[in-house]
Amino acid sequence: MAALTINGQEYALPDDPRTTLLDFLHQHVKLFGAKKGCDHGQCGACTVLVEGERMNACLLLAFQLEGKAITTIEGIATDDGLHPLQQAFVKCDAFQCGYCTSGQICSGVALMSELEQNTPSTVWFESDYSDNEDIKERMSGNLCRCGAYSNIIDAVNIARDNKGVS
Amino acid sequence: MPASKHQSVTKIGEAVDRIDGPLKVQGKATYAGEFEFDQPTLVGVYVGASRSGGTLTHVDTADAESQPGVKAVLTYHNAPDQRPFSEPGDEGRFGQSRAVLNDTTIRYAGFPVALVVAETLEQARYAASLITHDVATDGPDFLDDVKEAQTTPESLDGGFEPDVSCGDIDHALNSSMRLDMTYRTPSQISAAMEPHTTIAYYDGDILHVHTSVQILASAVTCLANTLNMPEEKIHVQSPFVGGGFGSKLGLHNDAILACLGAIHLQQPVKVALHRRQVFHSAPHRGFSIQKIALSADNSGHINGISHHSAMPMAQDYAFAEATGAVARITYKADAIESVHRVKVVDSPMIDSCRAPGDSIGSLAFESAIDELALASETDPVTFRLNNIAPAHPITGKPFSTHHLEACLKQGAEEFGWDKRSKSEDNNTVKKGYGVALAMRMNMIVPSEAKIVLENDGKITVFTDMTDIGTGTYTILSQIVSDFFDMPASNITINLGDSRSPASCGSGGSFGASSSATSVRNACEKLSAQLCQMMGLAQGTHTVALHDNQVIAGEGNTQQSRSLADLLKETEGQQLEAKGEVEPGESHDDYEQYSCGAHFAEVTVDTVTGEVRIKRQHGVFSAGQILNKKTATSQLQGGMVWGASYALFEDLQRDRRHGGFVNCDLAEYHFAVNRDIGDISVSFIEEPDYKACKLGSKGIGELGITGAGAAIANAVCDATGARVRDFPITPDKVIAALG
Repeated sequence: MAALTINGQEYALPDDPRTTLLDFLHQHVKLFGAKKGCDHGQCGACTVLVEGERMNACLLLAFQLEGKAITTIEGIATDDGLHPLQQAFVKCDAFQCGYCTSGQICSGVALMSELEQNTPSTVWFESDYSDNEDIKERMSGNLCRCGAYSNIIDAVNIARDNKGVS
Repeated sequence: MPASKHQSVTKIGEAVDRIDGPLKVQGKATYAGEFEFDQPTLVGVYVGASRSGGTLTHVDTADAESQPGVKAVLTYHNAPDQRPFSEPGDEGRFGQSRAVLNDTTIRYAGFPVALVVAETLEQARYAASLITHDVATDGPDFLDDVKEAQTTPESLDGGFEPDVSCGDIDHALNSSMRLDMTYRTPSQISAAMEPHTTIAYYDGDILHVHTSVQILASAVTCLANTLNMPEEKIHVQSPFVGGGFGSKLGLHNDAILACLGAIHLQQPVKVALHRRQVFHSAPHRGFSIQKIALSADNSGHINGISHHSAMPMAQDYAFAEATGAVARITYKADAIESVHRVKVVDSPMIDSCRAPGDSIGSLAFESAIDELALASETDPVTFRLNNIAPAHPITGKPFSTHHLEACLKQGAEEFGWDKRSKSEDNNTVKKGYGVALAMRMNMIVPSEAKIVLENDGKITVFTDMTDIGTGTYTILSQIVSDFFDMPASNITINLGDSRSPASCGSGGSFGASSSATSVRNACEKLSAQLCQMMGLAQGTHTVALHDNQVIAGEGNTQQSRSLADLLKETEGQQLEAKGEVEPGESHDDYEQYSCGAHFAEVTVDTVTGEVRIKRQHGVFSAGQILNKKTATSQLQGGMVWGASYALFEDLQRDRRHGGFVNCDLAEYHFAVNRDIGDISVSFIEEPDYKACKLGSKGIGELGITGAGAAIANAVCDATGARVRDFPITPDKVIAALG
């Protein structure tokens, strides 16, 4: 069976090759955590992790992902509780309407591993930049119309600190 | 329907975490497009008209109908009957018919001409791509020159008169130093992250509608009027709304089309606007041309304020915003004149976008005031302090409370206005600092709520109010928890259901005060009922709910009764109370405004023209703050909007077809995370009991008002470049530098 794995569970690929990963999640798997904000890869609301890397689910066709492991917001926490970044988002009020939040958190989780792996962002090519500028740059693919940007950066910083402590 | 996890009492004002937060961070909050009925949901995709203002002469659906999975293709030939668009005329605009596929009239570019309903999105989208149509039109009519705007709107949003004046304006303007300026603000769009989406199902009796809307009650009226159905046969739910900002005050094409599909097929039908369709199907803010004339005497006092606004008004849709409101209220002057004119044009719907009037009015007017301060050679903070109006400058009516001066002084102190440093002369990147004031009207809108007390001590609040990111779930929980001194975890807030009592809905910064007061009034009534049942005089005893006990009174007279005992005779062993609120006399007797002062620091690269925001600070007075955490977030969000208006947002007209060119989030720029600098907020907190019994006033639109002008003024401070045509993009900065 041609399949892909979502949050640890296998699903057969859809028959219709036009199905994006995002529409597959919504129509076939009934997971609605990844949101459709633009369907053009411009807003980041559908961000999921594919083999640990963040990607826009609206820009991937499901059949491209045979054998791949996908993590959505529903699979971000490792146990019944909340992931440290999810907790930090609540604490820092890093959202208002909540529609971009799944994508922000998936991006934030990927960002933390990018930093651990020394994956550069564009600001690394500038002569002078701050850690905060780097995080802002890395979170700029996720639009938030409620304007929770500074709280989102606070949440990412808190989650990074907590991770460091544990 | 969140209940808090908070095991203790949450007081009014406390910076409590959102009670719907855990759902939202797990992707478990159910937005409109995520509801599932027992039957599979069909998917509808519509085709929008290629051009505006004309007649549909041809629509060919044959190829689409023959595609696999397609269940129906609806056009004006076969769609269910509807009442003509905008009827009845005496209904408010959110309750009028929003008929589509009803005749051959094309109201605007992108107006629906056909709806394909299929089993899957992929099938519906492809079939829709096969539909062809033609529109006969004379070509779109636009507003280009300010002189073309000759129509006086009947009224302005917020209830303002189109034209007001006091004093001899010509004399006031000409007797001292006079500046004449023309400011322009572009068309803008709310661009809430959740595109408008509806799932509808007609079970033969009831029409069930899950949609994303700010006001439930008028949504029911709109569907009843559009579909010729009784209101009691329509059930609308909207428990989570992925942002509104005015664009979801009423229902739009997704809702009507989903209902038409559901009625036609007797199966659930989902219609989600594609992001590109949002730009045309949902309303936008019209562009404005604001001609401003100001004068000041040698000592820096304003003599004359003249503000003339010209804006487009969409055909068949009477909405005009009060861009001149801030010019009427902020500063005293010998003479003030404020005039609004519109031209009816071919355009997608023009309606509210966050802080109608004031967001773009303040952008222009507070920039113009800065020009006057500079021309007077007076520090912009001092100039404003010297001219703040102590009462309404035109009517003389007193403010209920007014802390504009305190906001400005505290803001200057916290921001370090007197310690601002300039860039080195030889540095091509220049630092600049700006200030601007904010005045935003405060309203109470009629609102009702019901609370139900169970015999285990749990309370549920029912109101058709919405939480569009504003924190309504959380603050209503705080109102009840505070009143009954009970743990928030025992309180459930049920919002966004049209079967609940009709609330004010979300909009116009009236939501929190109005709905929270109605809930508070319901608490008081419930408390009085409990006192009566305990044999105590009504209203003379405080009532607390601790565990399963009712505790009434204090000290020696305190009584305690078990709820199970007290409610054993009541129907369902529960007690219910309703609360409502209406604007009182103090809304006629006093001018009610929230106010604030904005400060900004920017850098401007004089080689590239790029503006970078370093920091924004805002100090706000909005009476009692109901939740400092959510209030701060909302104000910061408004400040981000202001920054975005100053520097980025510009919805470009398509002069060929009457729609817009840049209909996606890559081409319509709004601020991303890295565009925003450090951002901070503080409060001058003093309850205003003339506003409502909780002492709170509106904040949803206060943060945006003035925020953009502070940035524009900082750009000018940095470089001397005064850009009067927003947004301040690099090309305009370079042109202004000369």
